[in-house]
Amino acid sequence: MPENLKIEVIPEGTVIDHIPAGKWLKVVEILHLTKPNGGTLLIASNVPSKKLGRKDIVKVEGRYLSEEEVNKIALIAPMATVNIVKDYKIVEKFNVEIPDEVVGILHCPNPNCVSNHEYVLPRFRVESREPLKLRCHYCERTIEGEEILGNL
Amino acid sequence: MDWKGRDVISIRDFSKEDIEFVLKTAERLENELNEKGALDYARGKILATLFFEPSTRTRLSFESAMHRLGGSVIGFSSAASTSVKKGESLADTIKTVEQYSDVIVIRHPMEGAARLAAEVAEIPVINAGDGSNQHPTQTLLDLYTIKMAFGKIDGLTIGLLGDLKYGRTVHSLAEALTFYDVELYLISPELLRMPKHIIEELREKGVKVHEMTDLEGAIPELDVLYVTRIQRERFPDEEEYMKVKGSYRVNLEVLRKAKETLKVMHPLPRVDEIHPEVDKTKHALYFRQVFSGVPVRMALLGLTLGVLEV
Ligand SMILES: [Zn+2]
Repeated sequence: MPENLKIEVIPEGTVIDHIPAGKWLKVVEILHLTKPNGGTLLIASNVPSKKLGRKDIVKVEGRYLSEEEVNKIALIAPMATVNIVKDYKIVEKFNVEIPDEVVGILHCPNPNCVSNHEYVLPRFRVESREPLKLRCHYCERTIEGEEILGNL
Repeated sequence: MDWKGRDVISIRDFSKEDIEFVLKTAERLENELNEKGALDYARGKILATLFFEPSTRTRLSFESAMHRLGGSVIGFSSAASTSVKKGESLADTIKTVEQYSDVIVIRHPMEGAARLAAEVAEIPVINAGDGSNQHPTQTLLDLYTIKMAFGKIDGLTIGLLGDLKYGRTVHSLAEALTFYDVELYLISPELLRMPKHIIEELREKGVKVHEMTDLEGAIPELDVLYVTRIQRERFPDEEEYMKVKGSYRVNLEVLRKAKETLKVMHPLPRVDEIHPEVDKTKHALYFRQVFSGVPVRMALLGLTLGVLEV
């Protein structure tokens, strides 16, 4: 059995590995898994990890991720790996990547930003990845850290 | 750079070459205007001024610029009199108005409104102030005023005075000045210091920055003193405002310590930051600064309309 599937194997779906310890709930929220969707949801938190020290793992049965969802996860877990499982085997594996632009994912925290009032997709330019810093395309304000997580 | 059809939304979109080109074009137009009295580059073109919040001076300056270029102007000066009040979206207003005009100038209380307008419109859009975000034509006219007064910007020592925390004009001016070899004195009450990220950016780009609270200490060093008003409406709470209002007054007494060639600037209107007795001295540059708005806006209108040969 592959090491990263230690907790429980799913027949098909997605395994999101290398989530920073404690951030699994945010991942579950981003993927709207707080309500049961038919498949099994497996969570392992605070698992020892060579790469991160401690990590969380989220396994979702019967569900694959859109690019938008993968990008969202990258904002809170830039080291995460996504494994696509079919027939109990990992058929595809990739690292998440913070894109140059973040479109339609998080809201601008500036209440006076036009993107919160008009019919328009919120849009941010990634100014720095480490630490993560985004600049709103419309109001030009920058947001970092907790403020990003709070507006996802 | 292809100027025809270009939007003017944020000073952050401008390179040094862009800025220099606008200043050069403005100077050319000012000279032509002095020679001929009236120009006709924009004959038959219509400017729409959409002022969703009032700003009489900025609007008059743009209207004057368009008239001096030989064009004409339509528009409104408050959202209260338009269909916006009935709940029309900004995008719909813009798509409607562009059927009537060749270039749009927009002033809007929300940050990012000008950017959105530019995305929706096929014709050029010029930002005349979006909330507390950007007012790029003000920055360009400030630079133009300095350049016309000194013949250059490089090598000058410039003091920014007053509300450096909330003051939109000083933020963009400081950002634009990173393109030049200048020394900056940032003079403000402790509570209203220039945001740290802007100071860091200035230093990273090699600008020598001095932060101080005391105007008298800085004034003998300065070639330009850029005064801003401490505006009540920018303060989140009244108590903070009461602590700093009226912190600085530029009067003849203060100016005794200044270089003879010091020029005082102010993005008017003023309240009591500059005593009227300063108006008659050779230090006063603020009315010339107001005038500079016309050639600079003529340049931007003419370039974005594509009616000036580049
Ligand atoms: Zn925004």
